[in-house]
Amino acid sequence: MFHKILIANRGEIAVRIMRTARSMGVRTVAVYSDADANALHVRTADEAVHIGGSAVSESYLCGDKIIAAALSCGAQAIHPGYGFLSENPDFVDAVTTAGLVFVGPSASAIRAMGLKDAAKTLMHNAGVPVVPGYHGSDQSPDHLAAQARSIGYPVMIKARAGGGGKGMRMVQEPEQFLEALQSAAREGESSFGDAAVLIEKFIENPRHIEVQVLGDNHGNVIHLYERDCSLQRRHQKVIEEAPAPGMTTSVRDAMTQAAITAAKTIGYSGAGTVEFIVDGSGALRTDGFWFMEMNTRLQVEHPVTEAIVNIDLVEEQLKIASNEPLPYPQAHYKIVAHSIEARLYAEDVRNGFLPASGTLARLSFDQQARVDTGVVSGDTISPYYDPMIAKLIVQAPTRAAAIQKMHEALQNTHVVGTVTNIEFLAALVRHEDFGRGEMDTGLIERDLTQLTIQAHSAKPVSQLIAASVLLGINPNVPLTGWRLYGQASHLVTLGDGAVTQDYRVVLGNEGQVSLHESCNEDAAGTLCRLRLVSVTSDIVVFNAGGRQQRAQVHCMADSDGTSVSVLLEGRTDVFTMADPLTGGDQAATTDDAVVAPMSGTVRLVDVQPQQNVKAGDRLLVMEAMKMETSLSAPRDGVIESVHCAAGDNVEGGAVLIRLVELDNDS
Amino acid sequence: MARIQSTGIVCPDNHAAMLLQYKKISQEAATIVLGGSERSRKRHLDRGKLLPRDRINGLLDPGSAFLEIGLFAAHQCYNVPIPSAGVVAGIGTVEGRTCMIVCNDATVAGGSYYPLTVKKHLRAQEIAAENHLPCLYLVDSGGANLPNQDEVFADRDHFGRIFYNQAQMSARGIPQVAVVMGSCTAGGAYVPAMSDQTIIVKNQGTIFLAGPPLVKEATGEVVDAETLGGGDTHTRLSGVADYLADDDHHALALARQIVKHLKVPAPSIVQDQTPRLPAYPVDDVLGLIPSDTRQPFDIRDIIARLVDASEFDEFKALYGTTLVCGFAYIDGMRVGIIANNGVLFSESSLKGAHFIQLCCQQKTPLLFLQNITGFMVGSKYEAGGIAKDGAKLVNAVSTAAVPKITVIIGGSYGAGNYGMCGRAFGPRFVWMWPNARISVMGGAQAAGVLASVKRSAMEQRGEPWSAEEEAAFKQPVIDQFETQSQPLYASARLWDDGIIDPCKTRDVVALSLKACANAPIADTDFGLFRM
Repeated sequence: MFHKILIANRGEIAVRIMRTARSMGVRTVAVYSDADANALHVRTADEAVHIGGSAVSESYLCGDKIIAAALSCGAQAIHPGYGFLSENPDFVDAVTTAGLVFVGPSASAIRAMGLKDAAKTLMHNAGVPVVPGYHGSDQSPDHLAAQARSIGYPVMIKARAGGGGKGMRMVQEPEQFLEALQSAAREGESSFGDAAVLIEKFIENPRHIEVQVLGDNHGNVIHLYERDCSLQRRHQKVIEEAPAPGMTTSVRDAMTQAAITAAKTIGYSGAGTVEFIVDGSGALRTDGFWFMEMNTRLQVEHPVTEAIVNIDLVEEQLKIASNEPLPYPQAHYKIVAHSIEARLYAEDVRNGFLPASGTLARLSFDQQARVDTGVVSGDTISPYYDPMIAKLIVQAPTRAAAIQKMHEALQNTHVVGTVTNIEFLAALVRHEDFGRGEMDTGLIERDLTQLTIQAHSAKPVSQLIAASVLLGINPNVPLTGWRLYGQASHLVTLGDGAVTQDYRVVLGNEGQVSLHESCNEDAAGTLCRLRLVSVTSDIVVFNAGGRQQRAQVHCMADSDGTSVSVLLEGRTDVFTMADPLTGGDQAATTDDAVVAPMSGTVRLVDVQPQQNVKAGDRLLVMEAMKMETSLSAPRDGVIESVHCAAGDNVEGGAVLIRLVELDNDS
Repeated sequence: MARIQSTGIVCPDNHAAMLLQYKKISQEAATIVLGGSERSRKRHLDRGKLLPRDRINGLLDPGSAFLEIGLFAAHQCYNVPIPSAGVVAGIGTVEGRTCMIVCNDATVAGGSYYPLTVKKHLRAQEIAAENHLPCLYLVDSGGANLPNQDEVFADRDHFGRIFYNQAQMSARGIPQVAVVMGSCTAGGAYVPAMSDQTIIVKNQGTIFLAGPPLVKEATGEVVDAETLGGGDTHTRLSGVADYLADDDHHALALARQIVKHLKVPAPSIVQDQTPRLPAYPVDDVLGLIPSDTRQPFDIRDIIARLVDASEFDEFKALYGTTLVCGFAYIDGMRVGIIANNGVLFSESSLKGAHFIQLCCQQKTPLLFLQNITGFMVGSKYEAGGIAKDGAKLVNAVSTAAVPKITVIIGGSYGAGNYGMCGRAFGPRFVWMWPNARISVMGGAQAAGVLASVKRSAMEQRGEPWSAEEEAAFKQPVIDQFETQSQPLYASARLWDDGIIDPCKTRDVVALSLKACANAPIADTDFGLFRM
């Protein structure tokens, strides 16, 4: 075994690899960019080497710098993680040339799978089913129609140069073929200047099922069952699970055998994944799956496989890379659980899943879930890299129990400091088709509106908790809100996104608080009532309707006021309370006159009548008592008149310039 | 310490009777706290102003207790309702600092000063001065109530005294802060002007010696209120105000900011024990006080529901037993309790004076629980010198420099009121239970005295006076005393600081002590005790 390895990656995967390496007694070296100088993977490693600027092209994609770093600190092997250089055969060659071990397959295996069309041909020849299709150059309509017939309807006609759905036509029956062909060719011609098309079998309700394989340097290849990654959005996996719902022994045998064949065909060594597209229109069939591609690296979703067969894939990778044979034969590996992974991202779901960034003021997770993350509270999600915050992985005896656990895990995940896709993930986990195990890769796109619907506005309970926290109500302080008669109440203006609303919080005995419309505090205007049991800086325990509950909270103060994030029943809301002291401006005035603060000489006049000025613009300069004083516009407006000129001596208090309101119509 | 073994019987009838009296008071309170009429409140709100109690809530630390004083002031005193005398006052914490807040209620007669408004304002200042509480004046008042000018302007304890007090307190380092949230006209202009620091709300607060109508009358100058004395004028030109606020919320935040920078005094009364609740249910007190005021009860049953862990170390338990004296803790703070358990005799008076001396030596605050019909009368007692022994008690009560807090839990009659630290004897606070009665003597006795005077006069003239005529003569006197001895009658006139829920007595005393803790406790010099 190596005594020291370098991890050519960042974030959660680097941290995850280090965790295993450390447990094996292997020292770890991190590499990092400028932006990652204080990142968790750097803090976790035994050593860390700075390799360049924040952009990946200046750091994590610079193979030479990484190899130099490995050599300089005496690492024997480089683990590439996923992404970046993990499937770059030239990098593998360079690593090998430098006398280091690449933790992964050979460059030739990567090359064999790297060219997608060639890989399909290779697999087809090896007997692995690939999606039937015609990619030839004979574009005569009759020939194409014949090819379509032999592929079997329905088929998809695609413009060869196409993309983005342009020049694509699905054809159900032979009678419709010619018309669809002409239209696809026309669109290809007009959009891409190329009328040539290819024809593929159209797979209805496609599912994405992949098989994890492990090969060693001694010719052994085993599989570790399948993962279902059908919940995708724009080819990005969102939720993965293992085993695949509806999988049968015969289909599993067929798929895993095909995967082993694929790996053996290219002499695969290390951990790899063979991806299949699967006909999901009905029950899984032994003739209903086709090879798509092979990922010659550790996958993001590898933890679900680890969970169902009790294995540490990174440990296996390191053993294989150090030439150890696979420890057990295929028969050793049994599925012992069901596992689901959800990818928690900093992204603005309602804004087209726009990647987000930010400093995570708070990051806390469910204790029951495995969490692979590259950040902790206080860390930053930087705009330079993939904005994944964490992977939540749950494991349970049954799929239903795993779904329930994932639901809980999402409910108890509190992220403050950026927007996240938690609610989207929760909506997916609640989706009926997912619950039944009936999902395909189109599910998310089909139901996107439902999945991303603006959830009902914040609950009054959350508002009341937020208001109590922002006010600093502590039920355990004696005589909180004590009055001789009646009850104490406080007016609170809560900001919830763009909406600002006035409320009244009434304090009763023994932690009783209630939220009301600001104008009244009688029972009619009560929005919510609960009893605060305890309030700490991160947890509010309360009793509503006889049921004791907890909300996670996090308060942050900035120059504009205070905000509090409330996590309650899986929903995170951020409320703000403005600080009135920052709202007012002592210098602000509605005064129309700019007056001389003291007697002196006008040195310079910057403005003329009718000129528009903004608050703070310099209007003139005076000299008095041997000091120059600039007078600036007290507010936005238009210069109505100027009552002085350079060189004038003016009296203190004299009106020098008059402003009028900005005419909004002009 | 010794735990009181309370043997009093919690009687449901007593409980019901006490509750009835409390309900009557609390219903009055519920109406009073609304302030002025619905119409005037709406007009106030429509101007973008907060109602006075919301101003106070916004000024206080959220969750802070508010010990309101004079809630019932002016109750049924004038021909129109003047709730809380048109000014809300009380003690609460702002930025952790205990403060006196005095807030005009512009929805009540424009916040103008009736005679009792003046009296209440002065009482609030007196509390602030005695206890070194920073004064926060939330000003929104048209000034003196002109129809009552003869009772608010000229005398020593009239309007001018407010400003005199401000100057005196400022001189003693007791901060004076004004927030001008409405009018501050004429004499009222001196509240902000006499303050150490003043905030004014723009386009809302005005300060001027004479408003636009009077200016026009006097000099012919036509000027609008904002130009004459608005926030901009006073923060930019005159310097009468120091901070310009955009609105009420901003003004209150500025006031909190000012308080944040005030020095916090070392407390003179500390929690030297962890607070513990009484061992007996506090609510029992309602059922322990006999509904028939002539029925005696053991005051220790009440003390057991007032003090920490019901622990009470009694002083001279076997001597002068009609006055119970002893040490206890309330909310962790040490107090000396002096409580009536019958008529005052010479022995009880001497014991009380002795105990006060002890407390003054140790700087222990005194709590008086008043339920007293008076000193014992009769030749035996006069000959025994009860007058001089009573005088010793009155002397000790008068001159004791430790904080004194008086709670009237039953009768407060005649010289008993004096010996037990009535209003005239400078207690820092006087609180009253709903069942309490206060008068120079009982109505029947007063009627009897007056009737006997009249009868002897008539007898001298040889005129007959039938029993019916005598009864008819006595009845109005009895009625008058009954009316005037009621707690609402007393509280309306600020003879006390408020009528309280008996179940909240412990809280009220604790909050009172915490207010007292802001001022250092002086050494006591007693007057000459007549031996």
